[in-house]
Amino acid sequence: MSILGTRVVRVEDPRLLTAGGTYVDDVRVPELTRAARVTFVRSPFAHALITGIDPSAARAAPGVIAVLTYQDINDIPPPPPPPEGGPPPGSEAAPLPLGGVWQEPLLAVDRVRFVGEPVAIVLTDDSYQGEDAAELVSVDYEPLPTVIGIDSALAGQTLCFPDAGSNVAVTAAKPGDGPGFEACDVVVEHGIVNQRLAPVPMEGRAAAARWADGKLTVWVSSQNPQISRFVLAGAFGLDPDSIRVIVPDVGGGFGAKIAVDRDAIVVAWAARHTGRPLRWVETRSENLTGMTHGRAQRHRVKIGGTRDGRVLAYRVEVVQDTGAYPRMSGFLPFLTCLMAAGPYDIGHVETAARTVVTNTTPISAYRGAGRPEATAAIERAMDLFAHEIGMDPAEVRRRNLVPSDRFPHQSPCGAHYDSGDYVGGLDKALAGAGYPGLRAEQARRRERGDVVQLGIGVASYVEITAADADNGETARVVVNGDGTATVYTGSSSHGQGHETAWAMLVQSDLGIPIDKVTVLHGDTDLIPLATGTYASRSLQLGGVAVHKADLEIKDQARRLAADMMEASEADLELDTDRGLWHVRGDPGSGKTWADVAGRAGPEGLTASVHFTEAQPTFPFGTHVAVTEVDTETGKVRLVRHVTVDDAGIVVNPVLTEGQRHGGIAQGVAQALLEEMVYDADGNPLTGTLADYAAITATELPSFELLESETPTPINPLGVKGIGEAGTIGATPAVQNSVIDAVSHLGVRHIDMPTTPARVWAAIREARDSQ
Amino acid sequence: MTVNGTTVEAEVPDRTLLVHFLRDVAGLTATNVGCDTTSCGACTVLLDGQSVKSCTVLAAQVDGRQVTTLEGLADGDGEMHPVQRAFRAEHGLQCGFCTPGMVMATVSLLAENPRPTEEQVRTGLEGNLCRCTGYHNIVRAVLAAAADTEGQASR
Amino acid sequence: MIPAPFTYQRAGSVDEAISLAAQGGDDAKFLAGGHSLLPLMKLRLSVPEALIDIGPLRELSYVREDDGHIAVGALTCHHDVANSALLGSELPLLAYAAGQVGDPQIRHRGTIGGSLVHADPAGDLPAVILALDAALVARGPSGQREIAAGEFFQGLFETALEPGELLTEIRIPKPAQAGWSFQKFTKRAIDWAIVGAAVQGDRVALVHMGSTPLRASGVERALAEGAAPADAAAHASDGTSPPEDINADRGYREHLARVLVRRGLAEARSRA
Repeated sequence: MSILGTRVVRVEDPRLLTAGGTYVDDVRVPELTRAARVTFVRSPFAHALITGIDPSAARAAPGVIAVLTYQDINDIPPPPPPPEGGPPPGSEAAPLPLGGVWQEPLLAVDRVRFVGEPVAIVLTDDSYQGEDAAELVSVDYEPLPTVIGIDSALAGQTLCFPDAGSNVAVTAAKPGDGPGFEACDVVVEHGIVNQRLAPVPMEGRAAAARWADGKLTVWVSSQNPQISRFVLAGAFGLDPDSIRVIVPDVGGGFGAKIAVDRDAIVVAWAARHTGRPLRWVETRSENLTGMTHGRAQRHRVKIGGTRDGRVLAYRVEVVQDTGAYPRMSGFLPFLTCLMAAGPYDIGHVETAARTVVTNTTPISAYRGAGRPEATAAIERAMDLFAHEIGMDPAEVRRRNLVPSDRFPHQSPCGAHYDSGDYVGGLDKALAGAGYPGLRAEQARRRERGDVVQLGIGVASYVEITAADADNGETARVVVNGDGTATVYTGSSSHGQGHETAWAMLVQSDLGIPIDKVTVLHGDTDLIPLATGTYASRSLQLGGVAVHKADLEIKDQARRLAADMMEASEADLELDTDRGLWHVRGDPGSGKTWADVAGRAGPEGLTASVHFTEAQPTFPFGTHVAVTEVDTETGKVRLVRHVTVDDAGIVVNPVLTEGQRHGGIAQGVAQALLEEMVYDADGNPLTGTLADYAAITATELPSFELLESETPTPINPLGVKGIGEAGTIGATPAVQNSVIDAVSHLGVRHIDMPTTPARVWAAIREARDSQ
Repeated sequence: MTVNGTTVEAEVPDRTLLVHFLRDVAGLTATNVGCDTTSCGACTVLLDGQSVKSCTVLAAQVDGRQVTTLEGLADGDGEMHPVQRAFRAEHGLQCGFCTPGMVMATVSLLAENPRPTEEQVRTGLEGNLCRCTGYHNIVRAVLAAAADTEGQASR
Repeated sequence: MIPAPFTYQRAGSVDEAISLAAQGGDDAKFLAGGHSLLPLMKLRLSVPEALIDIGPLRELSYVREDDGHIAVGALTCHHDVANSALLGSELPLLAYAAGQVGDPQIRHRGTIGGSLVHADPAGDLPAVILALDAALVARGPSGQREIAAGEFFQGLFETALEPGELLTEIRIPKPAQAGWSFQKFTKRAIDWAIVGAAVQGDRVALVHMGSTPLRASGVERALAEGAAPADAAAHASDGTSPPEDINADRGYREHLARVLVRRGLAEARSRA
């Protein structure tokens, strides 16, 4: 009986629950003894020239070791020009910073472009002194007009990068095939906002660094230790071999801790520049403006079809507000456009995207990274279309989902959907929610004119995981002489439970029990080459790499065991329940893993694999959200949330459910509560957790998760990625639900977050216009 | 002050926050700092058995009193507290950063309300943010711990 | 994240607290539970040079019946106010509202005195004691005095306390009419009220409809003139100047005030 697919509690937890995790601020190693503290001085202006920096008062403050600005950064090479031979700078496919005229400095030179931009650093003995001293660094600013909001960016009256000549950094478009909207009986158009969010991992950004004996060691809260090492090597003009990156426990990432950002690079630079070990841990207020934000797209959707519910054409125009610096070029809207058609079989799909800069925090990946935006747009469009033709929104979806016998399916946007059962997922979710009963209850409340109305929102989605399938992932598995196993994985867990899941794979493949399997990650001295964790890639790339390494070890072991038992390889069997090699039909004969590994030599048995997939995989599902809306106040309560999230074969239901729960919560949060708001001068109005409405337990119900496993043929385990799917499906289901609750009052659309004020305003506007 | 049963004495600047006293002076780093507006609860510890946010308490205010952190929950033999056991059994943690505060808040909640309903659990944890779990399994863990404690008490 | 430096002193008695405050002058502040003051100091929005810790003065933490009224010590924490059996039976409005302040951890530390002296118009308790017609007892270098709730809240974060005066007790008459309701409207349960209404019989006070808690005098007048509660509630925002912020503009606050007062009056009457 394989352990795969069974519920296994995590091996990570005893330590986390008793001693607590070791995050960067907790690392207590000799190399960081007496590490000085780094405190950043950050711009209070959204757009300004820097006309002078006077560190003298700060330098005289207690405990101050140094105050450093861009002028001190004289010992590293200038940033390289954009890569030759790679995608051209304006390309939507390049997830790298644009650089060139859009180059982002380490510390601001003569201009700041967002509130929170790093201007200087203060090094002190302790963090309390650092906060005092940072206040004393005197910076002269000459405020400039600000570019806040997409309209301001497009108008171009003020340029964030005068040398660029425009605030539009990237443009792309893809026409549709065949007959378009002119062939449609019904066409609906609408503007939609996919608002800016803050990722708010519970641990903010943190880094520590030490330069000694020609080697730089960096501890950093990151999702990608190995990529971070190469980024640092490039930034400093150092050989990667002289850099070691250690990622200890990470308190959440959600895409915002991909590799390392300029603040962490500054810390590492300063450690080398001063020769002092340093530690930097940002405060939450710094985090809310200093860590990258997510989403921030505006859409114009146009959907057309027949009166009997067939969608024939769809268009989405995306404008991505990428904040002050285009760190991900046009990559996020590229993904949005790639997934624009969703799970639907639509003949004609047009997309267009522009990426603009504004004087706000730079945008980067945040759970879903471009795909929640695509899904939210088309799911709103489907509901608008359904309403226009007077058809039930679930029925419209059923009529347009790609049928289950049509896989693999090439979407009109260019994605190759590997496997799916979209209609099955929809039906399962509707049945699980008791959809007809919900509609009946809604009708009763409408009839009675209840103050509290019921809304039912449906969202069907397909999402792309391991979008960078060809980067692959590495695994090295060692069976030690004592019969235990050690897995060196390139995946970089920050809560996902890889240590448990990879151990389960080893137990399943080799029969070595999970409590005898150690999974290591995060240290580039141990694992120099890897990609790390984002894009929901870890199981299908990192996990499969472990599995393939297991199979190689099995082959090596079979040869050795055959030799040891003087049998032919073909007659040998591995009993994975007992971890025993024996001759088939003779269970008494047997060599343990310790026996075989011991025979292999002092290093035991080892196999290294770099596994790449031929293409990404595409999980899918349907969410049904049930909300109650108080029509007198606009307040929304999420009553039920039912989901199908099918990511192929499930290795550990405990872990998969946990990812779905967490994803759903963040998706609901976008629909109902969260938004990063700036005033016209670029000052953040939601710059602390008192104002940024991160969702709590009281706003959420327990979720109802339904099971569905449609394997993928793309990798031998049949697995896809589950990390972001819950977020992608949840947001539009909840948004649609809120609008549905008050659609009988004439409301057609409410932008997210559907706060009480917004809902009430929509109700009032609909009433006034009738 | 007494921390997890042991007296800890030190001279510290008047403005030292309890959370930093615990982390840097007592060397107990399980308790984490997650925000600067008393919003997130990651720093929750027990002060004379009641949950408090240690980022909003001065170490000086705690002079002569008893503090319990996550590290002090397991019993002398290293046997996990029912709340710790329940969090593990129900997968009530992922990255672990909010966990020490969440566990201590739970201990206090159950001390005041040994048989909470789901709604009371959710309201009782409104001062503790988690970004990873969506709270679903945390709620299950608290209810399981309540049932476990009850079961133990009735033995 | 960290307060600016200050000196910490612990008071062994109320008299010592007052005398330390007199010495410290304008740069000294009392520290009770610290959950109004320390958050401000951590953001460096408040930078007192001296803190006088009155937290250990357990003699100021009590709930008792005194001569026909209920006396609540200023240093009674919200948790104790919320769970007081005496308040539960005599002043359920106060007990309930205290249970709505912040979250459980905050309620273990924050005190009723601290909240009232902080005088945040978005706070729950100032409007409650206004609706309850409470008197606030203050002691200072020149002795003790009673300040009516209606005169206590002077402006945004401003009270009638003189420098160096310590709030020691809140005296609340037993309500003439038993019906009560506390309507707190928020986005999330832990948020400050966007708008709130505290109702005790025919007395109504509003949370977050101005720079101080306000009596809904338009409503009270209409009720006195015999209007039905639902009609009286239409006057909820009369004479108010509600703030505008990311959660609500003026019109929405005015609308919420009318809805919450209407619901509060209905609930109060159902409890009478």
